[in-house]
Amino acid sequence: METPMYQSNHRKIALGLSLIPGFGQLYNRQYVKGISFFILAASFLIVFKDLLNMGWWGIFTLGEVVGRDHSIFLLVEGILAVIISVFGLGFYAFNLRDAYKNGQKRDLGLKISSLREQYRALVDNGFPYLMISPGFILLVFVVIFPIIFVVLLAFTNYDLYHSPPAKLVDWVGFQNFIDLVKLDLWRKTFVNVLAWTIVWTFGATTLQIALGIFLAIIVNQKDLKGKAIIRTIFILPWAVPAFVTILVFSGMFNESFGVINKTILASLGIGPIEWMTDPFWTKVALILIQTWLGFPFVFAMTTGVLQAIPNELYEAATVDGASSWQKFTKITLPLVLYATAPILITQYTFNFNNFNIIYLFNGGGPAVSGQNAGATDILISWIYRLTMTSAQYSKAAAITLLLSLVVVSVALWQFRRTKSFKEEDMM
Amino acid sequence: MDMKRQKLIRLTLSYAVILVMTIIIVYPLLWVVGSSFNPGQSLSGSKMIPDNATLAHYKKLFDTSQSDYLTWYWNSLKISTLTMIFSVILVSLTAYSFSRYRFIGRQNGLLTFLILQMIPNFAALIAIFILALLTGLVDTHLGLILVYVGGAIPMNTWLMKGYLDTIPKELDESAKIDGAGHLRIFFQIVLPLAKPIIAVVALFTFIAPFGDFILASVLLRSKEKYTLAVGLYDLVAKQFGSEFTTFAAGSVLIAVPIAILFLSFQKYFVSGLTAGGTKG
Repeated sequence: METPMYQSNHRKIALGLSLIPGFGQLYNRQYVKGISFFILAASFLIVFKDLLNMGWWGIFTLGEVVGRDHSIFLLVEGILAVIISVFGLGFYAFNLRDAYKNGQKRDLGLKISSLREQYRALVDNGFPYLMISPGFILLVFVVIFPIIFVVLLAFTNYDLYHSPPAKLVDWVGFQNFIDLVKLDLWRKTFVNVLAWTIVWTFGATTLQIALGIFLAIIVNQKDLKGKAIIRTIFILPWAVPAFVTILVFSGMFNESFGVINKTILASLGIGPIEWMTDPFWTKVALILIQTWLGFPFVFAMTTGVLQAIPNELYEAATVDGASSWQKFTKITLPLVLYATAPILITQYTFNFNNFNIIYLFNGGGPAVSGQNAGATDILISWIYRLTMTSAQYSKAAAITLLLSLVVVSVALWQFRRTKSFKEEDMM
Repeated sequence: MDMKRQKLIRLTLSYAVILVMTIIIVYPLLWVVGSSFNPGQSLSGSKMIPDNATLAHYKKLFDTSQSDYLTWYWNSLKISTLTMIFSVILVSLTAYSFSRYRFIGRQNGLLTFLILQMIPNFAALIAIFILALLTGLVDTHLGLILVYVGGAIPMNTWLMKGYLDTIPKELDESAKIDGAGHLRIFFQIVLPLAKPIIAVVALFTFIAPFGDFILASVLLRSKEKYTLAVGLYDLVAKQFGSEFTTFAAGSVLIAVPIAILFLSFQKYFVSGLTAGGTKG
């Protein structure tokens, strides 16, 4: 575009004047808009002046006087101040831009749209924002706000010994992360928990996927009778709420009265196994239970895919002389895996954070000497333990940060590979 | 003849596998049902088919002077229903905007939602706990519902957006030419076509709070505010085994309606997940 020839300098004057919001609009003779902008900006300042002042001071210092300043309140106010400032600056930028644009229109000798036209444009362009804002605002306060809070908390020393109002909390930089690596107790626990989290995620998830696909293929055989009833039975573990079944299983695996030791193993002539007190057997039990809980989901997905595979594919393969094994590895499996891959990967991230089963089965136990997590604690249940029982807030936050980094990078990697991400209009 | 024998072996093996799996699946479920009818409180000596079955545990649960079970049930239903209603409203609005409008910030918004749906919102547990303390929302159902609804938005928005993308745009465009306004297009054209996915989102957002333990256990303090998950855990965790039969009766009363609800909508679940999952 060529540089337009300006006959006047309305745009610059309007821009300069709207450093005080609304004045640029007044200059552009958009009186209603100007006045409402000014009132909005003024009330914004009046309402939030104290919070902004306090918040910005608080987020940097986290309080200076013990007893008067509550560091965590200050941190919360600080984050609020940052969020409100962002909204405020957004409005301010919009105000500047609006004044400049309309000034430019006048410079070019164009007519500035009337109030009614502005209203229509506002409704048309603003409609999606209007629709999104209730959800978005809630999201900011209950999801994004907590995330920011955790991120910041990871760089403080907030724990039982630095707990307001008796003590102040301070910024400590990367100290929490350094402690996780350097202090023996923390390093040992962290390594153990991380290792088990990985084994757990891959072990349990892979088993449930394998079992789900295997059973789906078996049930989907054409000459098998009673498919409907079998499918209903196989979906049952998914249909019953998981917290119920986990608690039931923890009763069944109980060492003193559980039916598994008392009845099933005894009748097979196997002595009692320490399902709750021996780390190894607890882990085995957990993986078995999760397989029981998780396979129906994969089973249902796979069944859906299998039913959609056209029969002609198999007929053509038969004509070409393919064995059933070849049909399975060359047709069925690739199609199933391709169609369900994105959902299967979410199963891994789900189990990575599967707090319910770990906590409800055995509370993350049995306890292990020399570390501050139980033998079957995964990262998320360790975080819970640190927060709720030992008040190690800042360490818990640091671990949460590490955990989220893992989950998000896996998720992004996965979604980059799905075709929807590449579709043009998708994003 | 050989083909026939092969087929026979294959089918026999298949049925054998299915039979074993059926036993493994059904046994624990029948065991709870059996325990719930067993007389006495502890499990030692209990049988799957009790000699003198009793309804005492069920009666105890329904007796409000002896247990808070009915309160918990009511709390869970209330929280789940409200979460479902608010989530469906907010998710429909958000997903519709993302699907139909091209506005500044749309791409970043979608990307944010994509990342947020990966982090379970209880990862920020500490923050939610402290924030609830500061705002006085600890031990209130309102706080819990807000957290559930907020947490449900990213994932379900993606799910619903994926579905709405498949509804042809020509429909709303022709309506626009006929003079329909934004809201009219939304309510009268798109929403009726989106009924299946709305059902899926409604089910998801109803069942998720029902099964949630971690957030409810962090936020709820007093017994009469508990949801079923927290309440039942409390029942067994206190003295494991000593109240197990009561717990079993409580479990049956939850599992049966939820399982029926689930099984009758199971088809939608799968189709909803595959539609939203692979496309979105």
